[in-house]
Amino acid sequence: MSALTVKNLCKAFGGLQVTTHVNLSVEPGERRLIIGPNGAGKTTLFNLITGEISPDAGSIELFGRDITHVPSRQRPHLGMARTYQVITLFPHDTIVHNVSLALLGLSPLRWNPFIDMRRQGHIVEDARAALARVGLADIAERPLAQTSYGERRRVEIAMALAQNPKVMLLDEPFAGLSIDERRDVQQCLTAISRDVTMVMIEHNMDVALEFAERITLLHFGEVIVEGSRAEVVADPRTREVYLGR
Amino acid sequence: MNARVVAIVIALAALATLPHWIQGDYYINVSSQILFSAIFALGLNVLAGYGGLVSLGHAGLLGITAYAVGYTLQAGFGHPVAILAGIVIGVASMAVYAVLSLRATGIGFIMITLALGEIIWGLAYRWIGITNGDNGISLHGRPQPFGLSLNSPAAFYYMTLVVFLISLAAMTMFVRSPLGAALMGTRDQPRRMNALGYHVWAIRFWACLFSGLLTAVSGILFVYYTQFISPQALDLTSSAEVLLMVIAGGAGTLFGPVVGAALVVIVKSVVSAYVTRWNMLLGAIFVVIVIFMPEGIVPGTVRLWRAARRRFVPTAAPASKAGAPP
Repeated sequence: MSALTVKNLCKAFGGLQVTTHVNLSVEPGERRLIIGPNGAGKTTLFNLITGEISPDAGSIELFGRDITHVPSRQRPHLGMARTYQVITLFPHDTIVHNVSLALLGLSPLRWNPFIDMRRQGHIVEDARAALARVGLADIAERPLAQTSYGERRRVEIAMALAQNPKVMLLDEPFAGLSIDERRDVQQCLTAISRDVTMVMIEHNMDVALEFAERITLLHFGEVIVEGSRAEVVADPRTREVYLGR
Repeated sequence: MNARVVAIVIALAALATLPHWIQGDYYINVSSQILFSAIFALGLNVLAGYGGLVSLGHAGLLGITAYAVGYTLQAGFGHPVAILAGIVIGVASMAVYAVLSLRATGIGFIMITLALGEIIWGLAYRWIGITNGDNGISLHGRPQPFGLSLNSPAAFYYMTLVVFLISLAAMTMFVRSPLGAALMGTRDQPRRMNALGYHVWAIRFWACLFSGLLTAVSGILFVYYTQFISPQALDLTSSAEVLLMVIAGGAGTLFGPVVGAALVVIVKSVVSAYVTRWNMLLGAIFVVIVIFMPEGIVPGTVRLWRAARRRFVPTAAPASKAGAPP
């Protein structure tokens, strides 16, 4: 059974067809890279998979379960986590509070108005553990406003990891990072166990190709090429889409 | 013991002994007004400060509770029934408010709550069968909890103080709770909260109910204080006034709305005896606050205090760097 299956997915914004009969099948534990030029519909595909926008046609399955009509807020509870291309964190709070919110999102405690959040030891401990996995345990108490861009990228990943997902969707986790920061993020990602299936959108070919086992190339909302890393890199259509005729 | 605890203990002692050191019934009554206005402002702060949902119709909700109490008493029921009716009807009205206005956020939310507030004002004015129109409803006497008469200003003040402290404690608990953290999350990043598994609408709805509860409590104290309710209490000016309390004191802070309530009530009832155009004075004060402390009096004072300390108390800061020529 595939971890994530997308069948015949279609989406149009008005007259603009952004996703055209996309089929995708990601095996459990696989590392899948999605590439394509700007405007190819990569982030839209992620938004469709996570349910932030609903498709016009087609279906999405998570471990064989049809989740096409499951509300987006339910999908994290089914084991799906994502990071954002544009950093989407809670700027007024500390790093550990950011990750705690990710943990709380899956806990029934999130409805509780009577207890003190800072005294929920297990949540704070789990948040610190997730931060340790991305190498930020030392600065867990630092306000997010005082962190660097690279550290925020890692907080994004820690928040996804904290939810203990089965499928993780990473939207350009290397965007805007320096070479050193890129290496840090890469280390975090390679350390993630094979229990987690990962789908990544990335433009940065050096790091992305190292990560990917299979690659899907999107262009104008359509899957143009799909195959193993070597196949897609060697395919003339990849060259054509990226470099022009 | 830190400065915060000391300040709280001093404030509590001052509040508890207030009728003994303040001169005259008039000022004790002003203090009661400040306290129940502060509960109202705390209620609005749940939405405007912590939820990022600015409501301009909260006076309508306060009015519904006040009318519910007045009408129930007029119909011949006792005070316990009237108080219960005030709370139940107040919170239920907030639920209707929430269902209608939570379809939007930002300006949309403001406009819907404004419209709802105006509708309730219109009903209070025109639905004479229930509200007695412009003449309003008069109450006869205050309740006597445990046989204690609340007719003297000092007794009513102590009752209001107890309710105020309970409300402030409830507010503190809410803000520190997971649900409070979730509400602040939906204020800052609703999209991310949804992607993390939170039901953003439901969190906002619960926050509305809590806000409605505090508003209803304030409405009950208000109507027993004035012993009279008329459409004037529900108008847009009243909604704007409580929003001014929240914003002037510091939206999204625990004590900001309390300080804001004190400021507005003092200018409105005390300073107005000396200054005819007290509205203008209030406007001027607000402009000064916005210029010097855009975040509100409480967080603004904390910021200025820290800045002053950094400047005048020598610390480990590298002085040579600051003094070095460019």
